[in-house]
Amino acid sequence: MNAFVFDGTFEGLLTSIFETYEFKVKDVRLFDNLRYQPGLIDETHEVISDKAKSDRVWKAFVKKIGKQKAQNAYTVFLSEDAEAFQHIFDFIRYVFDSGEGAESNFGNPSVIAIHKWERSVSRERHRMKAFIRFEQMADGIYYAPIEPDFNVLPLIAGFFKNRYADQQWIIYDTKRKYGLFYDLENVTEIAFDFAENIESGTTPYLSKNLLDDKQELYGLLWNDYFRNTNIPARKNMKLHLRHVPKRYWKYLTEKKHN
Amino acid sequence: MSDRIREKLSILADAAKYDVSCSSSGGNRKNTDKGLGDSSNGICHTYTEDGRCVSLLKILLTNHCIYDCAFCVSRRSNDVQRAAFTVEEAVDLTMGFYRRNYIEGLFLSSGIFKDADFTMERLVRIVKKLRLEHKFNGYIHLKTIPGASPELLTEAGLYADRMSINLEMPTEAGLKLLAPEKSHEEVKKPLGFIQNSIVQYKDESKIIKRAPKFVPAGQSTQMVIGATPESDMEIMYSANQYYKDFDLKRVYYSGYIPISYDTRMPVIGSQPPLLRENRLYQTDWLMRFYGFDVKEILNLSNPNLDVDIDPKLSWALRNIEHFPVDVNTADYKMLLRIPGVGVGSAKKIWQARKFGRLRSDQLRKMGIAWNRAKHFIRCADSVMMLNDPNPFQIKNDILSQGDSKYTKVAQNQLALF
Repeated sequence: MNAFVFDGTFEGLLTSIFETYEFKVKDVRLFDNLRYQPGLIDETHEVISDKAKSDRVWKAFVKKIGKQKAQNAYTVFLSEDAEAFQHIFDFIRYVFDSGEGAESNFGNPSVIAIHKWERSVSRERHRMKAFIRFEQMADGIYYAPIEPDFNVLPLIAGFFKNRYADQQWIIYDTKRKYGLFYDLENVTEIAFDFAENIESGTTPYLSKNLLDDKQELYGLLWNDYFRNTNIPARKNMKLHLRHVPKRYWKYLTEKKHN
Repeated sequence: MSDRIREKLSILADAAKYDVSCSSSGGNRKNTDKGLGDSSNGICHTYTEDGRCVSLLKILLTNHCIYDCAFCVSRRSNDVQRAAFTVEEAVDLTMGFYRRNYIEGLFLSSGIFKDADFTMERLVRIVKKLRLEHKFNGYIHLKTIPGASPELLTEAGLYADRMSINLEMPTEAGLKLLAPEKSHEEVKKPLGFIQNSIVQYKDESKIIKRAPKFVPAGQSTQMVIGATPESDMEIMYSANQYYKDFDLKRVYYSGYIPISYDTRMPVIGSQPPLLRENRLYQTDWLMRFYGFDVKEILNLSNPNLDVDIDPKLSWALRNIEHFPVDVNTADYKMLLRIPGVGVGSAKKIWQARKFGRLRSDQLRKMGIAWNRAKHFIRCADSVMMLNDPNPFQIKNDILSQGDSKYTKVAQNQLALF
């Protein structure tokens, strides 16, 4: 068994794939350097990310299965999960080593694993499209803190840019400590190190004096609406919780006043 | 001021909630002019405690109504608080909610005040203002008011993504019983008019670039279930007819929630028929996505859907001679008919078997409901069966599975605590 240790970047993962062909090794366990614990029997190889190598792998991969399907591998990468990294590694190798159409051989373990991981990361992406709640700040910017299970900001930037084209907004991932800022023209990546009150674990809401005058009323109206559109005779909390798991409640305006 | 708008919203959201349509898909409106919003696949922004999706701001313009339909909470004779939004209030709420990512758009309905045209004209004024003055590209679902003039309907169709008009009761007889002032004819007329216009505008858009969109997400309707004594067969045959005649995108089935002491209907406090509603939706899905003809599921010898098992399983047990199906050779249509195999799994099986004969462990990983499907399929590692499958045994076996969601007691009884 060979252990490849990469730096945890997508470029590093693709470089690892390049090097398995370069060194003609097959049976490879992939580790990222944060999580790697040297074992006794492993033959360890440290992978240094190399743009030229990773570009070659990515180009060949896109050429083989098309941009859209190749993109799924990147989506899975955003799960930040060690097991998922291994699946991406195995999947890309399997596609390279097999004939046309192998990416839809759902009888193959790495194909079905990539499919399932892609579904879970996409589900989280979709949830963020649904659960993000903006609060309008006094300076007019709409602000939303989030704590997604996976690193989905890169997957939702375009969606929010198109939808909220005429308002400035910030979406901030308090877990990963970076965010997106849209200035009516472009979306840029930002990081706060000053605003303590929006750090994970503390109060997720902005204090009143930072908010626009109308923000509180809209929050209350949304709560009124949420309560009145419910039909008590049909109460089904199990279903409610399945669709809106408790870990998301912290940032949901409709759960704020309940 | 803020108290008054909160009170109005409470009243007019409460009055609108019995319309169960929640869809916000099929709009495909792009935000090209740096305006606000777009619409495409639909998003459920939250779910109420009854487990229903909240996608749109669903409100009535007013709950004043000249009609007295027994099943409706806003009926003339009902003693409830009445309110009405101004055009500006409805527009501001929609914009304010949308900007904060609470909603996908607006679902606007209304009680009939004064007359049909007067009401429809007000509704159109709101959507027109949203689209033209506020450059709002979010989703708009607009109710068609029966009896409104064709001119108003045409104008409405140019701004709305979806329009709908409710049949209310599944049959004409049921409707006459509870709402003698109304008829299904009155519903068919505008459904047909809008349907023709949709077709015309689509044809036009083939010739003229940038022809305006007209109700791009199509039309839908709703029937109240369980207020009147129709059989499931009558309900679904009626739904099927409307799907065919008017190319509807959706028919919604709304279990009647008792809101009246009227002796013609179930008494207040009796349970809404939630399980029955669910079975009707399952049937609806089988018709639209699984290639079933409604007559295969419901007919004179089976006029009502089973309570304890779903309609697809029920069909399979009645037609056991089609099973077991060999997943490695069966055509796609037949894969879709296997209980426990959905559209997604059927497609996966279809693709994966090109690479070799599939075994049960692979099928399980694809996400098929194995406990149900195993009785109806053959795969590479199936052992030989000596006897023909026995439907009674299969049914008992499935029902006795610990993790089965089908139990012998109807599940529409809610827990007390």
